[in-house]
Amino acid sequence: MYKNFLGIKDLQKNDVETLVATAIKYKQSMEEYKNLLKDKVIITIFFENSTRTRTSFEIAAKKMGGEIVNIDYEKSSLKKGETDFDTIQNLSAMHPDAFVVRHYDSGYPNFLSKFTDIPIINAGDGICEHPSQAVLDLVTMQEVKGRLDNLNVCIIGDITNSRVARSHLETAKMFNWNLSFYGPKTMMPKKEWIKEAKIETNLEKALCDKDFIILLRIQLERNSGQNLPSLGEYAKFFGLNQNNTPKKTYIMHPGPVNRNVELSSYVMDNNKNKTLITKQVENGVFARMAVYNFCING
Amino acid sequence: MRIVIRNAYTIAPSSSFEGFADIAIKDGYIEMVGDVVGISIDKEIDATGLVAAPGFVDVHVHLRDPGFTQKETIETGLQAAVKGGFTTVFCMPNTKPVIDNVQTVEYIKNKAKMLDICDLYPIGAISKNEDGKELSDMLSLHKAGCVAFSDDGVPVMNAELLRKALIYSEDLNVPLTLHEEDKNISADGVVNECETAFRLGLKGIPNVSESSIIARDIEIARSTDAHLHICHVSAKESIEVLRKAKLDGNNVTFEVMPHHFSLTDKEIEGYNTYAKVNPPLRGESDVEAVQSAIASGIVDAIATDHAPHDEDSKRCTMQKAAFGISGFETAFAVVNTYLVEKGIIGLADAVNFMTYKPAKTFNLDAGSIDEGKYANIVLIDKNRQWNVDRFKFVSKGKNTPYHGKKLKGLIVKTFYRGKEVYQGERDGFV
Repeated sequence: MYKNFLGIKDLQKNDVETLVATAIKYKQSMEEYKNLLKDKVIITIFFENSTRTRTSFEIAAKKMGGEIVNIDYEKSSLKKGETDFDTIQNLSAMHPDAFVVRHYDSGYPNFLSKFTDIPIINAGDGICEHPSQAVLDLVTMQEVKGRLDNLNVCIIGDITNSRVARSHLETAKMFNWNLSFYGPKTMMPKKEWIKEAKIETNLEKALCDKDFIILLRIQLERNSGQNLPSLGEYAKFFGLNQNNTPKKTYIMHPGPVNRNVELSSYVMDNNKNKTLITKQVENGVFARMAVYNFCING
Repeated sequence: MRIVIRNAYTIAPSSSFEGFADIAIKDGYIEMVGDVVGISIDKEIDATGLVAAPGFVDVHVHLRDPGFTQKETIETGLQAAVKGGFTTVFCMPNTKPVIDNVQTVEYIKNKAKMLDICDLYPIGAISKNEDGKELSDMLSLHKAGCVAFSDDGVPVMNAELLRKALIYSEDLNVPLTLHEEDKNISADGVVNECETAFRLGLKGIPNVSESSIIARDIEIARSTDAHLHICHVSAKESIEVLRKAKLDGNNVTFEVMPHHFSLTDKEIEGYNTYAKVNPPLRGESDVEAVQSAIASGIVDAIATDHAPHDEDSKRCTMQKAAFGISGFETAFAVVNTYLVEKGIIGLADAVNFMTYKPAKTFNLDAGSIDEGKYANIVLIDKNRQWNVDRFKFVSKGKNTPYHGKKLKGLIVKTFYRGKEVYQGERDGFV
């Protein structure tokens, strides 16, 4: 039985718990995963630039003994005008064991899944979900905190355009988090849309009594100048620096970090035991191994 | 040749008549409405249990011909129209080429004339190629047969161009019918700005992108003597703006669409591209506001915005999917199911919104059952329930969010100038 990995919202709590536990098990011993993808072929299709997610998925597959075939979108038939429907039909006819897909359109993996029986693994779709990021975040939280239930978490950044925030809206429901969002008002969803998260009214409150702060990358290129006047203004009013960063709170970031925008270099370089960014990347490989196992080996 | 339709419950909105009557049709014209006795009859149709109404008038459709004939042709479009009970339709100019030149008007008119199953009136473009830059040859287009002007599909963002278009066409006595959407606000939005859209990660089109530009255009029109008609009003704020403008005596009219008073933005769940339409399906309070506007009588027309698309245009992600719903073949049933059956308006009023009212709004002699007029008549089984099956559409556009939904009210026969141009199924119907 194959399974898709489209979004956290399509998973049950025990699925997510299994994914986290599996990743942690893999991290402890390579014997646990070494040959699990032997003779398996995974196709990756990335329509959007990505360094760490793509590399992470590739390394995860290779460490499990699988083969990766990478579709270069720029040279593919899609670029020549083939429809997405035809592409997925044709690629499926070659019988790979899974597709890892990143696309700038929300719902793209969901769309593909309607036309193929081969597992679709969502490596980030538009502004909808980034479920493997959510799993690796959970792995990291479990590691440092020893639990996932009832955490106090605040996500700071462009929530409206964040797939990470949306995936965590789902994990927050599963694990009964006290989740909140903060950022410029132009980047916040309407309160009535999100019953499971509250919107903080100032940075001080956003940072107060949290187990984890997740910072998001601020991108000026999306509607530049309309949601946000400048990165400088963001750093000043929404960025974390040595003066405002709480000592007891873990800081996370899906990367890549804009140094001195959402997080000051000083905090990044000097607050090593509370800043989990590198640990997240490390856990990303194990989280993605767990995803492969979930989708391909069931 | 004399045909008599017997015993239909007849609705004649122009004279506010409704009741059982016979209708005698002679040589394409309505000869008599009432008790038809003592004359020779060539053909008799027993319409016991059916409603007879004027053929419907749709002031807003897309027939895609010329240019996009993979989506629809004038033939398939008009066949779908008569299946839906329409005998008068106005086609929007976003064809290829755009209806901004006399040849295209002639092409459309000739094709419809040869088919001879439904009146088809082209709407000319306000600006050349609908580019919003230069006025089209509005006087020539009007002379060639355009009954209104619109850049439908896109808004006229340039306020001065709109003002000049209104003034230039003042003496033609035809409305400018506007697609209202402030593009700066709606930008790359694909569905209503709402919780569902947020959850799905889809960019929203907020209500204010519609209502704010309607308010702007009412002010612009007020400074002229022109008639402004607002297309497919979807937001409660827009209705409020229009209600006030009408109270103030402005020369402004507006239409609403079946999908905007029957479906909410919840339909987009699961990235349902068939529910992608512009203006988008809105929230529940907007749907209720459109219904209230209809009930209060301030609405001037119910139109379909029939927007057929080929399968590939919808078999893709929400972002890539084309906007639009194939509307002809469900229009009456949706009106009947969601307005009449729910007690929001009576059947006679519903018929009026689909016939006489829109015709009057566009100064057209149509949409009535009166002696001496063309016999454009539709026979309806208003109690017949049916499941919408998009694959049974006559239109090339099988794109409907009503697929699989149960509706009540079915078109049984459509007469165009006395000729039976559509014959549907009816149990035991002869």
